Formats: sequence, structure tokens, C-alpha cells
Amino acid sequence: MSLIVKNIIKTYDKGNVLALDNVSFEVKQGERFGIIGPDGAGKTSLFRILTTLLLADSGVASVCGNDVVLGFDKIRRISGYMPGKFSLYQDLSVEENLNFFATVFGTTVAENMHLIKDIYVQIEPFKDRPAGKLSGGMKQKLALCCALIHEPKILFLDEPTTGVDPVSRKEFWDMLDRLKSRNITILVSTPYMDEASRCDRIALMQTGKILAIDTLDNIIGSYKNKVFGVETRQMHQLSQFFKTHKAVHSCYPFGDTLHVTPKDALLTSIELESSCKSAGFQDVKVFDIVPNIEDIFMNLMGQNNGI
Amino acid sequence: MSKEAIIKTQNLTKSFGAFTAVDKISFEAMPGEIFGFLGANGAGKTTAMKMLSGLLKPSSGTASVVGFDVFKQSEMIKKNIGYMSQKFSLYDDLTVEENIAFFGGIYGLRGDVLKLAQMELLERLQLMDQSKKLVASLPLGWKQKLSFSVAMIHKPRLVFLDEPTGGVDPITRRQFWEMIYEAAENGVTIFVTTHYMDEAEYCSRVSIMVDGKIAAMDTPRALKEQFGAKNMDEVFYTLARGAKRGE
Repeated sequence: MSLIVKNIIKTYDKGNVLALDNVSFEVKQGERFGIIGPDGAGKTSLFRILTTLLLADSGVASVCGNDVVLGFDKIRRISGYMPGKFSLYQDLSVEENLNFFATVFGTTVAENMHLIKDIYVQIEPFKDRPAGKLSGGMKQKLALCCALIHEPKILFLDEPTTGVDPVSRKEFWDMLDRLKSRNITILVSTPYMDEASRCDRIALMQTGKILAIDTLDNIIGSYKNKVFGVETRQMHQLSQFFKTHKAVHSCYPFGDTLHVTPKDALLTSIELESSCKSAGFQDVKVFDIVPNIEDIFMNLMGQNNGI
Repeated sequence: MSKEAIIKTQNLTKSFGAFTAVDKISFEAMPGEIFGFLGANGAGKTTAMKMLSGLLKPSSGTASVVGFDVFKQSEMIKKNIGYMSQKFSLYDDLTVEENIAFFGGIYGLRGDVLKLAQMELLERLQLMDQSKKLVASLPLGWKQKLSFSVAMIHKPRLVFLDEPTGGVDPITRRQFWEMIYEAAENGVTIFVTTHYMDEAEYCSRVSIMVDGKIAAMDTPRALKEQFGAKNMDEVFYTLARGAKRGE
């Protein structure tokens, strides 16, 4: 196991704020494990504990066989860490930053160029530019290069795609795909639920708790609730109608489609459609769909909040 | 209710030296419209928003926002618009009441007018018994609602929402859009940026910026037809992938 996390609890403000509530999971060597959850889920606290920058109140964790408290110095040597907030030296150039991180870890850029080459060629034209003057996408690429330059066994990427546009997000995950052959374990967090599909396994987190852990396919496959897709030109009016509908448990918009969870799993799409039509919504189309990760997350959130 | 455009720009341009960040953009946003302002990182969205909110003087072109000229009346624009972003909204270490008073004051409300607006807001959000609590202690969903309401405390006809839902959970994100709809139904123009493409579908009209220009602008339905795409994600990908500017 690359990563073992057991019953980690972390509180702040003299115990008044519970950031991590008995969190446990394991990550295999070479696996890409996604921590998926909104702000306040506890993602950054967890990353800071595993990168030995923060102590847990209780519980144990180890990184590549090293305890996060007793073996902190070893962990620091074998980990690459990309914090959520851009943390390189803004007034050093691209090249200087890279050299600095290589030197700190007792290696050279030349020695490990093969690891970062694919990514580095994209920022090489700007190698003399101060890091603080790079655009968001280039900062992200440089940060990933700096985290990789000492050939780490494990990479910690804390919200690498937050605030990044959809095209650049896809590109970032493609870069991670190309690292796959290196067998580096990657722990990555994100608030974007659609990125779950880019991970081998995921943990869904909210308010310090893990709501589910598995592969995306297994999480979707074991979801018991039936979900309908509904198309209409009167999105807003129809969603108001569903809120008062006796047979409807929940209704949420997903782009140009409504996702409706019925109270009774025996309800059919034809029955739901005809009930819309008799209420005056003529252009409604109801069909069965496979729920996606957001449907499931919202359902789990409801249970977590006791709804 | 007048049907005059709330935002009207003609060839609005901003250059920094030889670099044209925003290149002759022209568009109108009408009362009650939810105008989605999309683009890749580095496309020029932030620069355009700064010009429209009176924070940055354009290089050329014309623009009027809530009836004021962006060149000559930027101070009047600032007083008559609302602004909210996920990155900067409320002060965590001030109470609910203090935040409302602070932002109300910034937007020019004083004395009894401010008190009344504060009471109304607390009542509408059912936050009366939470008013002395620190904002830090509120659940995220309530913070979102409060921060949107605070941006609207001076009843502006236009509100800028800059990635208002970044990092927000899927339920709160959807509840937030219900508030946006409600404000739009009351005639407020919403100018919103987002990186969630499902949210682009909730806009009345969407513009997509590429390399400083508006590359496409229409209703989400029409854009999907135009690009033969099944969702806005595909439309965005088709357009932004062609960007030349190193982002």
C-alpha cells in the first residue's frame, strides 16, 4: 500500500470545528485516487496531514510505509506536493524555480528531464519569465513540473484544476494520464464531480466525512435509486411543478435536462410523462437514464445531513 | 419598466502596450436577462468585466452600463451595480449583521435606509436569530445566499457574478441558481461567469470569448444547433480549443 489512512480526526478552534471526521482509506502503488468534494469537505486538511505539514488529533497514517509523524523526513523526500494555492517563488523565473526544487532534493533538472519533458516543452518558451507573471494554466504546469522533478514515489495534487476552464482541465488530466506508465501513486482532490471519471478510485467527501469509496463504475452500479431524465422548454415551470408532485422525491436541473428521482421505484417514465401532460405540460419527454456522479453525491449529501 | 439595454457596448477594446486583451466586443444585455459570459482562462473575461464595472478605463470603443458612460461616469457605475465573486464576498470574522452594514455602507446606504434594508434582508433570508453570529460559522449554502443578497442590498438593476459557484456543492449550486432566476424575474440583469458548463445552459444568452473577441453569442439552444453539439460543454470545447493565445 502506498497510502494508509486510519481513523484520522482533525479539529480546529479548540475542538469546535470538525474538519476530518474519522477518515480511513488505502491507496495502492501506482493508483490514481481522487478525493472529490466541495469546499469545506476537509480535502486540504487531509493533504496537509499526509504531507506532514499538519498533525492529526488522532488516528494514524502512513505514506509508502513511513508514519506521518515518526517518518516525516522520509515522506518529505519521496513526495511531490502541489498545494491548492500557487506556492512557487513568484520572483524567480520558470527555469530558476525548477533548478531550485531540483537542488533542494539533491538532484538536477537534467537528470530527471525525461519525467517532465512532455509538460516542460509547453512552458519552455517562457523559461526566463518570472513565475508570478505566468498565466494560470502555465503556473499550473510549472507547479506540476516542480512537484515531479525529484522523481517522487507519490504525488499529492490539492485541487490542481480549481478555477481552471473546462478545456485546460481536460488538458491537465491528459498530462496525468501520460504519467501513468511511471507508476507514481497520485492522490488528487477536486470539487469538480465530472473529474471522478479520470480516477482509478474515488472517495466522495463532505463536511469531513467520506460518503463513499470505490471505482466510479461500482459507485454508479450499486446506486439503487431510479432516475429519470426530463426534457422540456419550460424548465423552470416544470421543476416547480415537480417540487409539489406527490410521486417525486427530488428534481434537479442538469444543464438542459431535469433529473427526477421518484419516491416509488416502480413508477415508469410513461406514467410520469402522462402526469406532466395532464397538468398542461405538453412538450415534456421523460426517459430512463443512468444516474451520474452528481445525482449520487446529492443523494448521499442528503443522507449525511439527515434529510 | 424601460426596455432599454442595461449594458450596451460598441467595439469596446482594452490594450496593454502591444497586447490587445479585449478586442472590439459589442453586445447588449437587457433587463431581466441572465447573460452568461464564458471564455477560457486568458481570453479576456476579467479585463472586460473590469471595464464594465468601472474599474478599468477602456482604450477605445463605447459602453454604457446602467445608463452611465464607462469613460466618464465610472464612479456612478460602481454605485449602481452589485458585484459578487466566490473568491471575495463576505468577511468571515465579521458577524452577519456587521457584513450587511459594511457592504450596505459601501453601496451608499445610510441611517434609517440602511437599517430598513438590513431588517428586510435578514427577514427574507430568515436569518434574524443568526444576525449576531460570525459569518465563518454559517453553512456554505447560507453564506452564498447572504453574499448574493448583500450584493443586491442597494437594489441595483445589474449584478455581476464572477464565478459565484466555484467549489460549491451540487445542491447549493442549484439553490443558488434559483436565487438568480428569482432576481431575473424581478427585472434584474445578471451578468455571470462560470466554469460549470451545465450552468451555461441556465442562461438566457451566452457569449463565449476567444482571444479577446466574442467568438459566439446566442441562446444556449441556438448555440448548440449552430455547432451541432449535444451540450454547452461541446460548444465551449469546439471554440476554446481553437484559441491561439497562450493561456
